[in-house]
Amino acid sequence: MTTETAPVLRVEIDAARCQGHGRCVVLAPELFTLDTLGDALVVGDGTVPPDLQAKATLAKANCPEYAIRFARD
Amino acid sequence: MKARPPVTDWATDFDHMHQDWTQDPYPIWQDLRQRCPVAHTDRFEGAYLPVRYADIREIAYDPAHFSSRRIVIRDERLPLVSFPPITSDPPDHRAQRAVLLPLFTPAAMAPHEAAIRRICRGLVDRFADKGTCDGAADYAQEITVAVTAMLLGISSDDGDLFRRWLNDLLVVGTDDPALVMRTHGEMAGFFMKEIALRRANPGQDIISRLLEARIDEAPLDDAQLVGMVRLLLIAGIDTTWSALGSCLLHLATHADDRRRLVADPSLMPTAIEELLRAYSPVSIAREIVADTEVGGCPFKAGQMVLLSFAAANRDPEAFPDADKVVLDRAENRHAAFGLGIHRCIGSHLARLEMTIALEEWLARIPEFSLAPDAIVTWSAGAVRGPRQLPLVF
Ligand code: HEM
Ligand code: SF4
Repeated sequence: MTTETAPVLRVEIDAARCQGHGRCVVLAPELFTLDTLGDALVVGDGTVPPDLQAKATLAKANCPEYAIRFARD
Repeated sequence: MKARPPVTDWATDFDHMHQDWTQDPYPIWQDLRQRCPVAHTDRFEGAYLPVRYADIREIAYDPAHFSSRRIVIRDERLPLVSFPPITSDPPDHRAQRAVLLPLFTPAAMAPHEAAIRRICRGLVDRFADKGTCDGAADYAQEITVAVTAMLLGISSDDGDLFRRWLNDLLVVGTDDPALVMRTHGEMAGFFMKEIALRRANPGQDIISRLLEARIDEAPLDDAQLVGMVRLLLIAGIDTTWSALGSCLLHLATHADDRRRLVADPSLMPTAIEELLRAYSPVSIAREIVADTEVGGCPFKAGQMVLLSFAAANRDPEAFPDADKVVLDRAENRHAAFGLGIHRCIGSHLARLEMTIALEEWLARIPEFSLAPDAIVTWSAGAVRGPRQLPLVF
């Protein structure tokens, strides 16, 4: 019997869409950072700890370019 | 500017320079959304006006059909004047934009916070005890002129000159081509002198930083430099002044929102985004360079399109209760700073200025309202905001 674990949530940035509005970094600084041009990068591998899921959802919902994606693995 | 002829029907004869639009555009957009989401006009030698968020977004994402080589709608088409990167299209646009981006990131702006705060405080000191001021002329405008001058390393004594240029280009000049071309020339002369001064004696200001910039390993030529610096001046001043003026007007006329913000300053970031959404100052244009279709409507090459980000931001299909200001609106993909490749490079600066300006104002003047019998006047043209805003406290 295998044990079911809750899927891990990860955030990803679609670099082709991101235009550096920077909304994500303000709403979830634990998860996003900006490069020297001001485009977004995920912090680490983008894994979202359970206590930051609400912030991740908020950041995604405020990105004007729809550049933030959720991946579950 | 001459008085505009009356508009017969906003769907077929729109005129965003007309005073009905400048005073109160919201009912016009509501009406058009119901019956004709892509309006047209034969004025301005032909232009379209989409009012749905989805259509405006699609056009902003399609520079192949909708070129930025002309971004202001005027009564007649003037010779092209280059203000990189805002008047550029792919493929040139990206490298030009990349020169400016690092100079305006949140991290690059943060060190200016103390100076911006000093500017705001100094202005509030001038009128706080008088019990009255003009929120647009005595505060919002003064801040953005002083901050822009500071960043460019120019004396803020030239503020009156900047204000006249802006007015000549964006207001009076919309139906006076000779004035526009003369003003461009005057600005070029002024900035060539500033550039020569920085070449001889570089500093930390943005003009000096641009002299170090390279595109394909080559320094920018004088035309590119003058174009960029002119753009920073035009794009940075009356935009932010308009946005801030609208914030003050809203808070003066909505005591509940004002008191809520004073009681809970942690609302400031979402409140700023919401006020930017609700009172977006900038409508910019594109020139159609190839026939196409958006939202089921044909767009013909040779005509202009007005991208009213303000109208997009009031679209109920994109924002529930779009005409209501909700200071803690959780989901807010507003387009006040544009969408796609031309996203406003100064957006982080504008947010910083607006935040500090409101913080400093509310700390000293938490209670204020419109003066009795106040007449609020609005700018006409590409940038909409209050120009006369008499407040009492
Ligand atoms: C609240 C204030 C502001 C608003 C609402 C605003 C709005 C906009 C909008 C809508 C665009 C996109 C234009 C397009 O799609 O063609 C834009 C572009 C631009 N803005 Fe702003 N802006 C503001 C303040 C500033 C400031 C303070 C600066 C600089 C000092 C600035 C510099 C620029 C530049 C350089 C561009 C061109 C970007 C490009 O073409 O890649 N803006 N702005
Ligand atoms: S909010 Fe969206 S567009 Fe803006 S920096 Fe973050 S991912 Fe990029």
